Amino acid sequence: MYKLSGVVKKYRKGGAVITALQGVDLEIADGEWLAIKGPTGHGKSTLLQILGGLDRPTEGTVDFDGVSLASTPERQVTRLRARSFGFIFQTFNLIPTLTAVENVEVALVPLGVGAVERKARAEQALAAVGLAERLRHLPSELSGGQQQRVAIARALVKEPTVLLADEPTGNLDEGTRDEIIGLLERLCHTRGRTLVMVTHDTSVASRAQRVGLMRDGRLTIPDPADRPSA
Amino acid sequence: MFLVYLRRELRRRIRQAIFIALGLALGIGLVITVVAASDGVQNSQAAVLHALYGVGTDITVTEPPARGSSVGTTFGFTQEVKNIRTGVVAPGTKISTNSLATDQYGIINSGVLAKIARQPGVTGAAGGLVLNDLTVTGTVPQITVGNGLGSYRSSFTSRTFNVDGVDPADTALGPLSSGKISSGSTLTAAEANADDAVVGSGYAAQNKLAAGGTIDVGGTNFKIIGVVTTPQSGDPPDVYIPLAKAQQIGKNGSSALTGDVDTIYVTAGSAADIPAVQAGIGKLLPSATVTDSSDLASEVTGSLSSASSLASNLGRWLSLAALVAAFGVASLLTMTAVARRVREFGTLKALGWPTRRIVAQVIGESLAIGLAGAAVGVCLGYVGTFLIGKLAPKLSATVGPANGSSVTGPGQALGTAASSTLKALTSGSHTVSVPLTAPVTADLILIAVVLAIGGGLIAGMFGGWRAARMRPADALARVE
Repeated sequence: MYKLSGVVKKYRKGGAVITALQGVDLEIADGEWLAIKGPTGHGKSTLLQILGGLDRPTEGTVDFDGVSLASTPERQVTRLRARSFGFIFQTFNLIPTLTAVENVEVALVPLGVGAVERKARAEQALAAVGLAERLRHLPSELSGGQQQRVAIARALVKEPTVLLADEPTGNLDEGTRDEIIGLLERLCHTRGRTLVMVTHDTSVASRAQRVGLMRDGRLTIPDPADRPSA
Repeated sequence: MFLVYLRRELRRRIRQAIFIALGLALGIGLVITVVAASDGVQNSQAAVLHALYGVGTDITVTEPPARGSSVGTTFGFTQEVKNIRTGVVAPGTKISTNSLATDQYGIINSGVLAKIARQPGVTGAAGGLVLNDLTVTGTVPQITVGNGLGSYRSSFTSRTFNVDGVDPADTALGPLSSGKISSGSTLTAAEANADDAVVGSGYAAQNKLAAGGTIDVGGTNFKIIGVVTTPQSGDPPDVYIPLAKAQQIGKNGSSALTGDVDTIYVTAGSAADIPAVQAGIGKLLPSATVTDSSDLASEVTGSLSSASSLASNLGRWLSLAALVAAFGVASLLTMTAVARRVREFGTLKALGWPTRRIVAQVIGESLAIGLAGAAVGVCLGYVGTFLIGKLAPKLSATVGPANGSSVTGPGQALGTAASSTLKALTSGSHTVSVPLTAPVTADLILIAVVLAIGGGLIAGMFGGWRAARMRPADALARVE
């Protein structure tokens, strides 16, 4: 599915050049769950953004199902984002003025899905994450865990091939964290989705099939056989 | 989704939306009020010119008096003085003399009228005679050596009124055209050679004249067939008689006026034809004064002129400044609102929303605010124009000086010709009082709505431009 080779990402901040990624090589298979751990500010989120076509590498290649995310025109990458990538953010990023069901519908808008079907699919997605009773609630009327469930429903409603989660449990308490991770794990497993999750939570990362470690913009992925048993 | 999102977003920042809409509304309301007031002033000017100049008349043609010609209205009296001096009339003799003569202009042969009527762009031409009826009565004083003309004058009283010879076959042109018959009837082609007269309402009231009565004009007894009222309390000629009769009994100095006119009233096919018609007449009558209504408008002074100047200068600039300020504030606030929603738009981009869709959303929100501003602005405009109608004092328009010697006000250079036309047409100085109205037309509302939508679009485009420039990664990386 993904093949990254020699990916470098440099930012210019003020007068200084910051290198966020320093030659990342990575392959991710279909249906795989990859967790990327590492301290804050070491390039985890940058890597996730490059995987999701939100940013382009300064050097190197990013291949997604035969499409180069580094060189494909922005319009096509936008279409790819709409169709194939589901994003889940640490801060949920729900539209504050829209209800839960409308927030989920938002993901179907760029696909040109009609209003009736859009609503039905959004309600179904919310039911799948246990929020069938909260369809008309605004984000401000939901708890953090419920908001993240809405965000998961929004990411999954379009049946993407990849789910990209950036610290999805970072703002949640321990109980809710386990609940959300369990939900994600189950949905990705039953639907055969690829899941790439950035986290600095070891207990969350330990549930992934593979765990990568980002440090100073470099990614190392130990052989699964070397992982200590949980 | 577009409308739901738009509505919810506007509801979220309702105070800001109201503030922007009110800013636009104030600008729009001001534009409506100022433009309507300006139109009202122009209408008032047109009404004044109507009253003074005649409905439908586009151009007036007159000739300056011939060099060395005597002033017609004093000719009869000067002759009497000569008679007294030469002893033809003895002291103590009671005398009464009357003259009906041209007052201001040179004579134009009415043959020119047909030539003017044939000019391209001319749709109508009618001739007229502007005469002055002077009656002097008194007793001849004892003549002593050294007595000047002034001492003779002091022994006599005079009565004077203005007489217009109008073409009864074409009363749609010329001074009679602006009047309404308040009693009796007007002159018609049937009265072309009759001793019939129409009297101005002001003169009739002053001299207790009425339809059915008679009036002496130039020594001829005319039957008053009607009383005419001119709009806007203008001061038109006192008496109207058929042109043919005026030519028959009037004099130019000591010469008869048979076949002559001294004023030609012309209508053009359209306003665009007026310059060409003026040029054509100028070729036919090189020394003639060819005056159009815009020349006359420049001779109107008083509060109407001040209001016109205020509306066209300060008012328009003020409304333009208010509009630009409203657009600027709307644009800045929209850009600020977009900047606050950077994460929201970043999320939408991450979800695959094309940039154009996000820009359309921002522009849509601004347009909705613009439409609200237009609606409120039109209401404010109506309130403004209503208040102008209710509170504004009546405007006065002064045409020509009180002593008839000069005309003050803008357009002085051009004014020499125009003012002399006015002096004769209106018999000197006149102050016309007109109410100021501010008519709101459908066109004006349309312009206001387009302006408000334009303001919304401009603000939305600035906001959209800012949203379009966001990279989703940057937007999501920002912590609010």
